[in-house]
Amino acid sequence: MKISPSKLISLLFFIFSGYYLYTAYQIQVFAFDENAPFNAKTFPIYLGFAGLVFSALYIILPEANPTNVDLKVLDYKKTIGLTILMILYGLTILTVGYFLSTSIFLVASYIILGERKWIWIFILSFPFVAIFMYLLHGLLNIYLRDPFLKYIGIMG
Amino acid sequence: MIEGILIGLQTALSFKNLMMVIIGCFSGTIIGMLPGLGPMTAIALMIPITYGFDPSTGLILMAGVYYGAVFGGSTSSILINAPGVPGTVATSFDGYPMAQQGKAGKALAIAAYSSFAGGTISAIFLLIAAPSLSLVSLSFRSPDYFGLMILGLTAVAAFSSKGNFLKAMMMVVLGLMLASVGQDTLSDIPRFTFDNMNLSDGISFVLVVMATFAMSEALTIIFKANDPTKAAKQISLSQLGSIKLDKDETKKMVTTIPRSSVLGFIIGVLPGAGATIASFLAYGMERNFVNDEEKQKFGKGSVNGIAAPETANNAACSGSFVPLLTLGIPGSGTTAVMLGALLGFGIQPGPRLYQTNPEIFWSVIMSMYIGMVVLLILNLPLIPYIARVLATPRTFLIPLILFFSLTGVYLMSFNNFDIYMMIGIAVVATILRLYDFPMPPLILAFVLGGLMEENLRRSLLISDGSWSFMWDRPLTIVIMLTIIFIVGWQIYKSFVKKKL
Repeated sequence: MKISPSKLISLLFFIFSGYYLYTAYQIQVFAFDENAPFNAKTFPIYLGFAGLVFSALYIILPEANPTNVDLKVLDYKKTIGLTILMILYGLTILTVGYFLSTSIFLVASYIILGERKWIWIFILSFPFVAIFMYLLHGLLNIYLRDPFLKYIGIMG
Repeated sequence: MIEGILIGLQTALSFKNLMMVIIGCFSGTIIGMLPGLGPMTAIALMIPITYGFDPSTGLILMAGVYYGAVFGGSTSSILINAPGVPGTVATSFDGYPMAQQGKAGKALAIAAYSSFAGGTISAIFLLIAAPSLSLVSLSFRSPDYFGLMILGLTAVAAFSSKGNFLKAMMMVVLGLMLASVGQDTLSDIPRFTFDNMNLSDGISFVLVVMATFAMSEALTIIFKANDPTKAAKQISLSQLGSIKLDKDETKKMVTTIPRSSVLGFIIGVLPGAGATIASFLAYGMERNFVNDEEKQKFGKGSVNGIAAPETANNAACSGSFVPLLTLGIPGSGTTAVMLGALLGFGIQPGPRLYQTNPEIFWSVIMSMYIGMVVLLILNLPLIPYIARVLATPRTFLIPLILFFSLTGVYLMSFNNFDIYMMIGIAVVATILRLYDFPMPPLILAFVLGGLMEENLRRSLLISDGSWSFMWDRPLTIVIMLTIIFIVGWQIYKSFVKKKL
């Protein structure tokens, strides 16, 4: 039996709703609140049931407008590349600092997407991030942690 | 009243105050364009500066920043599908597709004219009806708010589902589930935090909206870059288009603006409702008002689809000043910050402000209006330059969108956990979008989740656990019947009509 991707997503949502409902029942409320008309777990329980009902209906009922996607034409390489890059950015932003990690993230993203105009790649990374940082840090007084700039003595 | 208006005008039109409006509008637009920094942040950033001025000048500067930031938020919604504030999410439904068709200039001009018109009409309402409207706002009870929120969610699910109501309703539930993460507002009991401190405050709006809109849009463009059908739809982004509107477009706006202004203003007056619900309801209402041919254009760059939410959110901004100035109750996050600023100046807003300090009352209203005029004069000539953002090649634009999204979230929390969560949500959203699961219902549900639970809690506690609150009052019954009608119509359309 072949199941459509939308129905598969609905099945996953059904399982997720079941897990959400189970977790909602596990929420510890205060003893005096246990039998109250409304406590911390009331709304999540309703949501869990709503999720189960809507996803079950979608799985059971015939699809009104099935969505067809040609999976062969999708560009997995660049999309996964950018996603990994964003994860690496998250890993380095606190240790390396905002300026260097953001600039390197931008340079790498331009290259992954096929850009080869090196002057623009440079302008729209290091100087661009420096100006943006000045706007936030210098003008709007929003503190940006940057161990690298602190180490070389640019930031206090 | 006339005397009060003249005093307000005299204060607002002095050289110093006019300069403040211009500076406020310009800096507000720039701040509002940065994802993560909305009107609330912009005003909060201005508070320390305004304490050096007299109350009127300080409030005038803040009013300029407020409207500038709202316009700036619309700009990023239209150009890069990155609504920085909930009130401009509905603008992106048609604004972004219109920009993608090479008409970015026109989309921004429609947004500017609609915002101005919505603000003007609501300022007139504010002048005439502010004191009496405060009584109307007090007649809404928790069950009515709860009903109004379900109405908003079903309306959004109905118009954005593209014939698949159940998919949209699943997204509504998912949005509400995401909103339920974090400590319970009343009892502080942690829910769905899995002993992770980063989740105890819940998931931030900026994170969810950036992940589901800006970031997943960028990933979808890359994902579908080789799709011939999709590539054909994405017309060259180098076309900026004219900012001039033709007769037909102006005609459409002329009919849309008055009804959206009225709706926006009324919703804005209700404490807690605000610009977000106003813009979504106006979008849904407009879709029901237009003819079938125009209805098909919704979501694909409709003039009415941009004008309605833009008018309503600005009208609601003015409307939200009614409970603030007449009752001392802030109707939205932004007016809550304004309340803080007013208290800092030693002014206590409330029923007596209108009688005891009429000059403050009227100068706030007048300065708001002058702010909008300045904004229109200042920003219209700049639109072609602002719209040039879209001329940036995709190889540069997409990394920059990702950069603004990541920075927007990083600025909120300064930790990398939010960055990982954002990437996770964006990846899931990209897959969901691929199979036509709509994102707008998820966002609205996420925004309304906390308020909805709060109002349901109050309603159930007052009625001692009985669900009779849903039909106890005529106003609640009307709202509930409208919801039943929308749901019934959707089911009829999906199944019965198809068989015929």
